[in-house]
Amino acid sequence: MTALVTVEDLSHRFGQAQVLDAVSLTIEPGSYTVLLGPSGSGKTTLLSILGGFLQPTTGCVFIKGEDCTTMPPARRPTATVFQDYALFPHMSVGSNVAFGLRMKGTPKAVRLARAQEMLRTVGLEHAFDRKPHQLSGGQRQRVALARALVVEPAVLLLDEPLGALDLKLRRQMQDELKAIQKRVGTAFVHVTHDQEEAMALADHVVVMNHGRIEDQGSPERVYGRPATRFTATFMGESTIVPAHVEQSGQVRTPFGVFKTQDATRGTEVCVAIRPEHVQLGPGIAATVKDVCYQGSFKRVVASPAAAPDIDLLAQLPADAPVTVGSAVSLQLDSEKLVILKA
Amino acid sequence: MRAEPFSAVRWASVTPALLWTLVFFAVPFAAMGVASLFPKGEAGPSLSDYAQFFANPSYWRSLTNSLEVTAVVTVISILLAYPFAWILAFVVPERWQRLALMLAVLPFWTSYVVRSYSWLLVLSEGGAFNSALLHLHLLSEPIEIANTRAATIIGFVHFFVMLLTLTIYANLKQLSPNYRKAAADLGAGPVQAFIHVILPLTLPGIMVGAFLTFVLAIGDYITPQILGGNNELLMPQLIMMQIGRRGDFASASALSIILMVVVSIAYLACARWLKIERA
Amino acid sequence: MARTLSVLYAAAIYGFIFLPVAVLVLFSFQGTLFPIPPFNGPSLRWYSAVLGDARLTSGLLNSVMVAIVSSTIATLLGFLSAWGFARFHLPASALLRGFITLPLTVSYLIIGMGLLIFFNRIGIPKSLIAAGIGHVVINLPLCFAIIYSQMGDHQANIERAARDLGAREWQVLTLVTAPMLWPALFASFFLAMTFSWDEFVIAFLLTRFDATLPVEIWNLLRAGLNPKTNAVGSLVFGVSVVLAIIFELVAFRKRPL
Repeated sequence: MTALVTVEDLSHRFGQAQVLDAVSLTIEPGSYTVLLGPSGSGKTTLLSILGGFLQPTTGCVFIKGEDCTTMPPARRPTATVFQDYALFPHMSVGSNVAFGLRMKGTPKAVRLARAQEMLRTVGLEHAFDRKPHQLSGGQRQRVALARALVVEPAVLLLDEPLGALDLKLRRQMQDELKAIQKRVGTAFVHVTHDQEEAMALADHVVVMNHGRIEDQGSPERVYGRPATRFTATFMGESTIVPAHVEQSGQVRTPFGVFKTQDATRGTEVCVAIRPEHVQLGPGIAATVKDVCYQGSFKRVVASPAAAPDIDLLAQLPADAPVTVGSAVSLQLDSEKLVILKA
Repeated sequence: MRAEPFSAVRWASVTPALLWTLVFFAVPFAAMGVASLFPKGEAGPSLSDYAQFFANPSYWRSLTNSLEVTAVVTVISILLAYPFAWILAFVVPERWQRLALMLAVLPFWTSYVVRSYSWLLVLSEGGAFNSALLHLHLLSEPIEIANTRAATIIGFVHFFVMLLTLTIYANLKQLSPNYRKAAADLGAGPVQAFIHVILPLTLPGIMVGAFLTFVLAIGDYITPQILGGNNELLMPQLIMMQIGRRGDFASASALSIILMVVVSIAYLACARWLKIERA
Repeated sequence: MARTLSVLYAAAIYGFIFLPVAVLVLFSFQGTLFPIPPFNGPSLRWYSAVLGDARLTSGLLNSVMVAIVSSTIATLLGFLSAWGFARFHLPASALLRGFITLPLTVSYLIIGMGLLIFFNRIGIPKSLIAAGIGHVVINLPLCFAIIYSQMGDHQANIERAARDLGAREWQVLTLVTAPMLWPALFASFFLAMTFSWDEFVIAFLLTRFDATLPVEIWNLLRAGLNPKTNAVGSLVFGVSVVLAIIFELVAFRKRPL
């Protein structure tokens, strides 16, 4: 199967600032891709280039095998859901959704019927004659989605679409977005800085930092086997400790020797340890520095006796008898340790 | 809940402004209303100064002149200012916009009297405009523009193009750039995006600008007096003439109140229209 | 193509906007008696004529005085009332606010006419003070509107904090509210200054022997086209541009965006 979107060696500068640096990416038909990164990572710039609102300094964008690098937004098979939704405030919801078809010259009866149908798909069939300002945030979000989907784009681009919503509504809209995407089968490209949102939605996560792609793959892979230090700490928490590979499958850290996956013997590396892979048990003697009760678990910061400078994060059972200052013994689930470049 | 200091403070803060407006605005206005009912040379109160306005064709004519001039000025100014504001907002690079806008309204800072006078320099018989055209052999003899309605209109348009450029520019800039992007994304060409999205969104702002133009132009004495001369009178000229030449305060008051009523009607018309647009 | 058209159009409008000012300034340096082509110069004779004209120089001083005093009063009253309406529940608040802003919708000519008749009736003679009172009437609603629009609820919290820490009401106003609203206060004072400085018809109706500069320029105009008028007009323009630049630098550079 050929890729729907191929981005080759894309770079972009704003004056002195290099906002995208040699980015390459492919997007499969029907996939849900999430571009994840902190602000300033270049994710929104990449989306703008995909949508045709920015021309890259260098590099190419192919959509459906066609070079779209310099094609204006109107002519490319993409549609964008804007962060502020950009619903036309003087038009009814129905006219907003029908706008793209009207621009194509679709007859009125047809476009109104299609708009109504699309509003039903997003669960807003009753809102056809309302004005955008009469709707709630979540409803506006769905209108923006319908307006973009009704022109049947090959790729739907969403720029922080849930950013303006409160936490509870966000989680609810995530489920709906995913359901709508499965229903219409369009490829979605979604920009966010919220890693939970990324993991909940994505088939394919692209982690970005400083204009580069740090890591990409399925959320399970990116979380479970992060490729870089940045990914290991941005997608969930990790303790990163320096280590020496003593022999293949065995590393020495400041607080002990652990079995791991393969690594070149004799090299200096880093080991990333997820908090949930640290349990109470025999092995590492440590002192508890901080305890934060999280309801279903306790987030504990412990300093190993052998290396008191290191803050080892652990996710312990909610009823674990730990208090600040108490001595504990911890063990690592060594199969889950991730070896990173030093 | 608001923290409420004791109530003397609350009233002390707003009373001076209210009193000032009452004593020096509302009461004088009422005094003018009363004065208009006591025509010069008549013993008792009467409406004869108002009747005079409708009976005397030259008085009536000054109102229609004013309305015609103001309407023409408003339309021309908007037509000239809109594309200019558009260029400033969307064609001029972002970092030059502030400077470009400042330059565009720089002549605002000449005194109002001087601005009209400088158009007189340009438009008078021996002035720059005629000299240039004669020199280029585009004219065989000077044309008379000063002391005509055309001169009044040019002077007004000059002022209101600057004012409307400011208001329309502000209007265009406060629209989210995503509206234009969204329209383009959904297949609208520049013309379609303008007609279906940008124009409707800026229409309320244009109406406010148009109303402002109307109110300021119809009440202005200087521009028609300096540039238009006395060949045809506009309302403010007629009013000033009642005081200056005839010392007739009653008639001047009656005419002022009529002018006020005209402006109020325009306001009501605009306000209603704007409200409908916003719903 | 569209770009070329844009540039041409903008150039034409700039030309239109600057044409009269350019002619005004150019012929202020005219060496002969008439400010019309051909240009003979440059000469500074009309500038020295302006500076030697006692009526114009005293008109200038009068204008500055009226502008400063009337703008100070307008800003002060506008500030106090804006604060009162923004912070306290007052009965008929919307109506009273409407009343304060009402003069904005009335022509200067009509405001001046009303004051002329009113002052006549109660025996206040024509004077600079009368004109100044008129200028406060036209500028108070403007100052009120500008300052009122800048009074946010977050500032109410800051004032509450000051009160909570023991500040008296006048201390809240002078130590917290006014400094917080400094850009709005400055903007309204400055706008009021320029409007008063430039105002003609009210000053024309309400002054007699001592007049403001626009009225003196008007008197000069009655003599017809005269390079002296160009010279005084150019001076006013120059001073105003300098003030505008200062305004731009002070009022807008400090605030982000």
